[in-house]
Amino acid sequence: MTEPNISVTEDELHAFVDNELPAERRADVDAWLATHPDDAERVASWRAMAELLHARYDAIADETVPKRLGIERLVQQPRRWIYGAVAATLVAFVAGGSAGWLARGAAATPSTFRNFTVDALDAHRTYVVEVRHPVEVAANERAHLQQWLSKRVGYEIKAPELDAAGLKLVGGRLLPGPEAPAAFFMYESPSGERYTLYTSRAAKADATQMRYAAQDKDGAMFWAEKGVGYVVSGPTDKDRLNQVARQIYDQTEKVGG
Amino acid sequence: MDAAYLRAARKYRQDCNGWQQLHGTNSMSAFRESVESMIPALRRYARALARDADIADDLVQDTLVRALRSEKLFIGGDLRSWLYTILTNLNRNRRRSLARKPVFTELFDNNPDASGTEAEGRDISRALAALVEEQRSVLLLVMLEGLSYREVADIQGVPIGTVMSRLARARAHVKAYLDGERPALRAVK
Repeated sequence: MTEPNISVTEDELHAFVDNELPAERRADVDAWLATHPDDAERVASWRAMAELLHARYDAIADETVPKRLGIERLVQQPRRWIYGAVAATLVAFVAGGSAGWLARGAAATPSTFRNFTVDALDAHRTYVVEVRHPVEVAANERAHLQQWLSKRVGYEIKAPELDAAGLKLVGGRLLPGPEAPAAFFMYESPSGERYTLYTSRAAKADATQMRYAAQDKDGAMFWAEKGVGYVVSGPTDKDRLNQVARQIYDQTEKVGG
Repeated sequence: MDAAYLRAARKYRQDCNGWQQLHGTNSMSAFRESVESMIPALRRYARALARDADIADDLVQDTLVRALRSEKLFIGGDLRSWLYTILTNLNRNRRRSLARKPVFTELFDNNPDASGTEAEGRDISRALAALVEEQRSVLLLVMLEGLSYREVADIQGVPIGTVMSRLARARAHVKAYLDGERPALRAVK
């Protein structure tokens, strides 16, 4: 081997190890390494590193694939993943920042919704199962509840009347929200079905269409208007949830956020 | 739908528009079979990327759900790169969304995933954890998954030169870590 005319760069050493180097240059690098022990040592260490990685992680590729990752299962039960898919899509918008992957314009609103809906569903699941303490302030103190929550969330909020949907106000509570405190109202049907309304400031969210998300046994309709976000959660009967959400929508519209 | 997802699907669709004619009506099941054959490698990559076994499989599951949802969008092309792209993006998004959530860390580092393996294996996973996200992803895609610089550049949406400099920095950090240097002190030297 002759000494290469042009010295070998670090980029070329990497390309050499990764089989990215043009074939005609490989002999030059071989010759270079024979006379440059520091570079030869680095190349050897990178190869050893690759072996360590394979030794550590190849076993995972050999494991039996967990049932939840079975293709048939994912294909046959798409509904179970609606929420996950919605969340994943919305989460993707959060990445609008610096990487240059995503359209900037649409970035703010869905991330707000994602945070909102996740928080609202969490609150819904936490409190609808409560028998003794579902709310902090009960419906018999409705005026006080509305006044208190309005003051804390920073806009006028009235507990909507849902008698037409067969739902009675149980009461409400104050919760932390994604950007500001959130007001939370709970409603109950004679048969014990519970629906909740979660509302908080969402500065980045302007008027948006109503959207639906479902997770396990719970569904949520969410929308935003005039910088305020609303999430109505309840059992996954979409038509029924839609009916409840529409009534709430009509009443909050009058209040005007 | 986010733009990256659509862009990737569109790109791969353009790459190979003859594929459907070739495979005809069997393309749907062929698509699923191709996706399925990638699950072991995706799990390996996700585990090395995210460290935590449950988070890794969540990432793989989300990746599969998205890929299967776009079965009709995807007409051939480099499925392998596309799946790695989705997983890499989902992981980056996950890490960003952590910014607004409290981060839970183990009180004691007695992670069963680490304790059962030999010291070498533990060191390489810790060395990986010390890397910044982009460098870890490049290192794993090239060294563990065997992707080309060009493919990794497409996955990360950066020029090849950026891939190479990330790879060089990642290798230097991991080497320093394995050689027993403390990464925090390296910058001062």
